[in-house]
Amino acid sequence: MTVETAGAKLTIARRTRTGRELIYRHGLLVRIAHWVNAGCFAVLLMSGLQIFNAYPMLDWGAKGDEGDPALLSIYAEDQLEGPPIGWVQIGSAKFDTTGYLGVFRDRDGFLSGRAFPWYLTLPSYQALAEGRRWHFFFAWLLAINGLVYFGYGFAARHFQRDLKPTGGDLRGIGRSILDHLRLRHPRGDAAKRYNVLQKFAYLGIVFVLFPLMVISGITMSPGMDSALPWLPEIFGGRPSARTIHFITATLLVLFVFVHVLEVLLAGFFNEMRSIITGWFAVRPEKTRRPS
Amino acid sequence: MNETVLTRRAALMATSGLLLAGCDKLSESPTVQTVLASAEELNLGGQRLVLTSSQPLAREYPASEISRDFKANGTVQPDSDEYRRLMLTEFTDWRLKLDGLVRKPSEWSLDELKAMPSRAQITRHDCVEGWSAIGEWTGVPLSHLLQQAELLPNARYIVFRCADDLIGSHDGSGLYYESIDLIDAHHPQTIMAYAMNGKPLPVPHGAPLRLRVERQLGYKMAKYVMRIQAVDDFSKIGLGRGGFWEDRGYEWYAGI
Repeated sequence: MTVETAGAKLTIARRTRTGRELIYRHGLLVRIAHWVNAGCFAVLLMSGLQIFNAYPMLDWGAKGDEGDPALLSIYAEDQLEGPPIGWVQIGSAKFDTTGYLGVFRDRDGFLSGRAFPWYLTLPSYQALAEGRRWHFFFAWLLAINGLVYFGYGFAARHFQRDLKPTGGDLRGIGRSILDHLRLRHPRGDAAKRYNVLQKFAYLGIVFVLFPLMVISGITMSPGMDSALPWLPEIFGGRPSARTIHFITATLLVLFVFVHVLEVLLAGFFNEMRSIITGWFAVRPEKTRRPS
Repeated sequence: MNETVLTRRAALMATSGLLLAGCDKLSESPTVQTVLASAEELNLGGQRLVLTSSQPLAREYPASEISRDFKANGTVQPDSDEYRRLMLTEFTDWRLKLDGLVRKPSEWSLDELKAMPSRAQITRHDCVEGWSAIGEWTGVPLSHLLQQAELLPNARYIVFRCADDLIGSHDGSGLYYESIDLIDAHHPQTIMAYAMNGKPLPVPHGAPLRLRVERQLGYKMAKYVMRIQAVDDFSKIGLGRGGFWEDRGYEWYAGI
């Protein structure tokens, strides 16, 4: 039995008990980077919502004037009689989100007026200083992890070999979209590599959303803005950078939802084994369509 | 049938509740806090790397960018009788003290400060909460005051003692204070401001005198400054972390 590294040509190395072909799909560094990244993302998201709660609105431009309406605002409105109402205001539209956002039952059962509820923030109670500590520590960890992954990705040709769409990929994009909509997952040789939509999703995450997250985050630092004055210019100001940071985080959350859904649909145990141990079982080709 | 009441949402809440109870425990653990706080060293070290050699200025804006409504945060009027008296006499009796590790401990009136070399700057104020506002600040560079008082070689930090007590303590333990190191103290944009947007500094923004440290967050920029102290160590002041908010968990280095 030969165990090939991720850099080598895929060879049949093992079989499962049911006779399925096992391939070594994810190299050790990719697996470690994936899980470090996943952990960092969870902490950064929840501590980020904690930080957002300290000023639960999003502004645009160089400054956020108190008089100017915010792009987004989550707030509690006290009532003369009865409990307060939680509102999410986006532009000129306003949605009653009582119970979930703005006003919710806190961990102790009492009504609280904060933007994001206790079960989405770290820590669960209002504590900006603690939230910032979690955020900065894991931001450094995420950045270092990301740099190692980038270095490896180029040096070991992981990006060029596994993520770069081929001509055939691009021609088959329509088919791939239909397959995804029908929740059909590739079998046989096609299952040994990423499909074209998967490649685009990963490329977008790795080269667009995560870098954007880091750069918009750094732009919120007055120190970094002095050292690199072009940073806020990219976004049109610090409040804009904060808004982009929030929107990008939302897109990353959407990615995680789709990503986890695809893992469930494609076979939870096989996918989890491959991202933990590296070994992925290829489902054989089928000529008959499952009814 | 009570079992059916356990909906998926309730189950999710219960699971995340357990996880979060764990997170809160972690968040409250001093060891975890110490580990997490180590990132502050990286923030300081990393930013010093790019900020020290050339001492770059914070961006200055045109007058057209000045915020119409500049939020006043923290104390908007100190509560002491002494401050009220100073306020009612338009700070004519007020004196700024500069002492500690200096050769010539000094005292200046507001008019004396205004007669010194001044700097005006239109800068962006970034609050730790997340909002920003732009205002014009006029004042005397802190480096000029330190030069006048002749800083001793063993001075390492400049401490600002303020008139406001955010927690309403009666023993002075809640009096606002802040500290910066000499790199920021000597930065050309670090000024003791007595005017905002061309008018005498309003009380909600720290009359008669406030600190501006443009490359850090708002809580570093002490308002209602009564006394400036040069020290070699701030561990004996307040709870020892270098400032009112620092004593309450915020980072001493607020460049991010």
